[in-house]
Amino acid sequence: MAWMAWTVPTALFFVFITALLAIFTVLAVKYPETPRIGMLRIETTRGDRLFITLLGSAFINLAWLGLTNVTQWGAVVICLIYAFAVFRWV
Amino acid sequence: MEKTVNQKAWFLVLPVLVLVAFSAIIPLMTVVNYSVQDSFGQNNFFWAGLVWFEDLLHSPRMWNALGRQVVFSSIILAIEVPLGIFIALNMPKKGLWATVCLVLMSLPLLIPWNVVGTIWQVFARVDIGLLGYTLDSLGVDYNYTQGFYAAWTTLIVMDVWHWTSLVALLAYAGLQSIPDAYYQAARIDQASRWKIFRYIELPKMSGVLTIAILLRFMDSFKIYTEPFVVTGGGPGNATTFLSIDLVKMALGQFDLGNAAAFSIIYFLVILAVSWVFYTVMTNLDKKDGV
Repeated sequence: MAWMAWTVPTALFFVFITALLAIFTVLAVKYPETPRIGMLRIETTRGDRLFITLLGSAFINLAWLGLTNVTQWGAVVICLIYAFAVFRWV
Repeated sequence: MEKTVNQKAWFLVLPVLVLVAFSAIIPLMTVVNYSVQDSFGQNNFFWAGLVWFEDLLHSPRMWNALGRQVVFSSIILAIEVPLGIFIALNMPKKGLWATVCLVLMSLPLLIPWNVVGTIWQVFARVDIGLLGYTLDSLGVDYNYTQGFYAAWTTLIVMDVWHWTSLVALLAYAGLQSIPDAYYQAARIDQASRWKIFRYIELPKMSGVLTIAILLRFMDSFKIYTEPFVVTGGGPGNATTFLSIDLVKMALGQFDLGNAAAFSIIYFLVILAVSWVFYTVMTNLDKKDGV
């Protein structure tokens, strides 16, 4: 594993992503859902909304890093608000 | 009738998952690890945080390469998709000529990227290449190693030559799947050629066209070998697309951290654009009820 050059923060990051995927898989099996159409006018399932959240969060973090000099935790707060909005309205 | 739910079938996906893990997920994780560290060789890594990302986001070099890449992909999509549809519409539907056309159309697709690059590199040379020599004899100021427009034109024409067949073959497959009854109904209604295309052929082709556009976008956005062989990214940086710049950074300068951060941003852009394309097109399909 040494060749992968692991660090604690990146390991935690991947544990977090894996845990999210696991939780959503369990949810999908236990509580099957029907896709719904939200404000983007596209059909989404919980999994789709997770994907939109994660992808959007990556860009929010990049934008924050490129446009501001403020601590990166600010971007994390915006991502949480964004995640809430996606799961509620998309 | 109630459908039986049997999730055990998912286990059949496991071998693919293992393969993808080895070929994509583990390398991608390694790239993420590299992107937050600095390396001075001999596998020694030092924590650098988000410095590489910050550097890149403020560097004109990456933005310029991204700009060139977007322009390149947009141009080739704007040419290859309509041209591919046009060719498919005019190909014979059955018989010997259909087979001949299909074989001829598939030929460019069978040639490896570096060979395509070499063919065009020689073909476009002013001293010995047929294209370059002819253009030069006609008095056209054409030199792809020195001229910005000549280099871009060569790369675009090369890509169109290499990949339009893919769009054409996919569109042709879509057209072949339309039952005759649709055309008969259109003839009874005295529909014009344009209306037949707009309301029968285009909707029926939209599924395969989605795949064609996605494939051509992703492939052109990742293009490396052909421009590397033909222009090497030049003249100057005129044709230095994202992957050429990335390889220069990773292998030429051996800036692993910087290159890893670059790769992640590159990957995110491709992922986002592909997702938007896919979502828009699959939703259009649903709206049309196709």
